[in-house]
Amino acid sequence: MTPQMTTWSFFADHRAEILGATLDHLALVVIAMIIAILIGVPLGMFIVQRPALRAIALGIASVFQTIPSLALFGFLIPIPFIGGIGKRTAIVALVLYALLPILRNTYVGLTGIDPAVLEAAEAMGMTRAQILFRVRFPLALAVILAGIRTATIITIGVATIAAAIGAGGLGTFIFRGVALVSDALILAGAIPAALLALLADFLLGLLERRLKVS
Amino acid sequence: MNTKPPLSPIKTIEFRDVSFHINVIPSRVIVSGISLEILHGETIVLLGRSGSGKTTLLRLMNGMLFPSEGKVLVQGRSTAAWDPIRLRRGMGCLFPHFTVAENVALIPTLENWDASRTAARIQEMLQLVGLDPREFAHRRPRELSGGQRQRVGVARALAADPPILLMDEPFGALDPVTRAELQREFSTLAHRLGKTIVLVTHDLREALLLASRIVLLEAGRIIASATPQEFLRLDHPEVRAFASSLAIAPGAPV
Ligand SMILES: Nc1ncnc2c1ncn2[C@@H]1O[C@H](COP(=O)(O)OP(=O)(O)OP(=O)(O)O)[C@@H](O)[C@H]1O
Ligand SMILES: [Mg+2]
Repeated sequence: MTPQMTTWSFFADHRAEILGATLDHLALVVIAMIIAILIGVPLGMFIVQRPALRAIALGIASVFQTIPSLALFGFLIPIPFIGGIGKRTAIVALVLYALLPILRNTYVGLTGIDPAVLEAAEAMGMTRAQILFRVRFPLALAVILAGIRTATIITIGVATIAAAIGAGGLGTFIFRGVALVSDALILAGAIPAALLALLADFLLGLLERRLKVS
Repeated sequence: MNTKPPLSPIKTIEFRDVSFHINVIPSRVIVSGISLEILHGETIVLLGRSGSGKTTLLRLMNGMLFPSEGKVLVQGRSTAAWDPIRLRRGMGCLFPHFTVAENVALIPTLENWDASRTAARIQEMLQLVGLDPREFAHRRPRELSGGQRQRVGVARALAADPPILLMDEPFGALDPVTRAELQREFSTLAHRLGKTIVLVTHDLREALLLASRIVLLEAGRIIASATPQEFLRLDHPEVRAFASSLAIAPGAPV
């Protein structure tokens, strides 16, 4: 039997399991992304008004990105409430990873508006809050979404490592495959993860293009 | 013979010995020694080379800048005492994420007009500037030509019926034919509406066509203030420099 045959029959025999793990994986990513967006976007809007906080917020978010993912999961385990073994810890780590691209793009999008448009908004007598919500935010939406797209793809990848701390998902196959030196098992985790990332990239890219103005 | 003193005309905008400098070291003087009275219903054209301070004067009028010395009064009240939001409502580029209708409706919306009044006003304003509401109301600025954009800009500025209209190069970046057409229409409109208008340009033709009075700026100072007829007869090197720019225009005597 060729290796392709083994892989193929493995996929066929375990399709329910693979589908279940894919859905688990997706759930981890979606929950982490929702939390990261709910933190990152408002925080980005906030630091636009407060330049003093900008360096601190972006700095902290960058630090999390430089920690290797396996190490970050490890660091979180002993921390009470957010730590421990399982999904909760994994989600916290994924949020920390997703935060930087979202925060950075929110900030860049909101501050990168054509000065002539901002000047017109001011010359029309809009207040700072009106300028933020009616001009800056809608015009920054495509850039913010680009950040969300990057963060989603990173999260889909990093979430495979979450299996190391018992969070489930597609990483389970990969870790088992590495331990048993089984290509079929590794691919059973890697291929659906890659497909998820491609699909997310495509769909969010589509949305991003629709939101682009000018 | 005993004549009554004439009623003093209403001063809509007044500059009292205004200067504006930027507080860097050494401090930079942008405009200085500006005294100017703009009466109700006048169309003042601020003319001057690039960097002469035209936009700065406009921004001193709408409270986006405040004088370093002297005072700017709008309807008798210092701009410092005005609510800056009420003073603004001016011109500027269109918002790219708004439709034509939303752009025109901007100031009425900010002033909380009810929906039916705003909708009627959008129709009225677009017709006023020669754009068919059915065709243009739902387009975005990127789907308009330059001239159509300028028209929408005028419609937006007029929408809330402001007593004073401040316009910074409203007809810039247009081909000469469209530009002349829009200038003529605007001039008719301005007369009909009887508003006080301050318009910035560096085009003498535009100034001669639209102004009831031309105010010429050079290096941050007012060097002449005259009706279009008087203006060309003034004996000043900067006036002559501007007048000579007419000579090279097509159709003018060479
Ligand atoms: N914020 C600022 N800081 C420093 N210099 C400034 C600032 N704003 C304006 N200036 C300077 O003030 C001068 C007048 O500027 P202003 O914008 O009023 O010119 P303008 O007559 O409108 O020119 P243009 O026809 O090119 O629009 C220019 O030399 C400009 O460089
Ligand atoms: Mg200017």
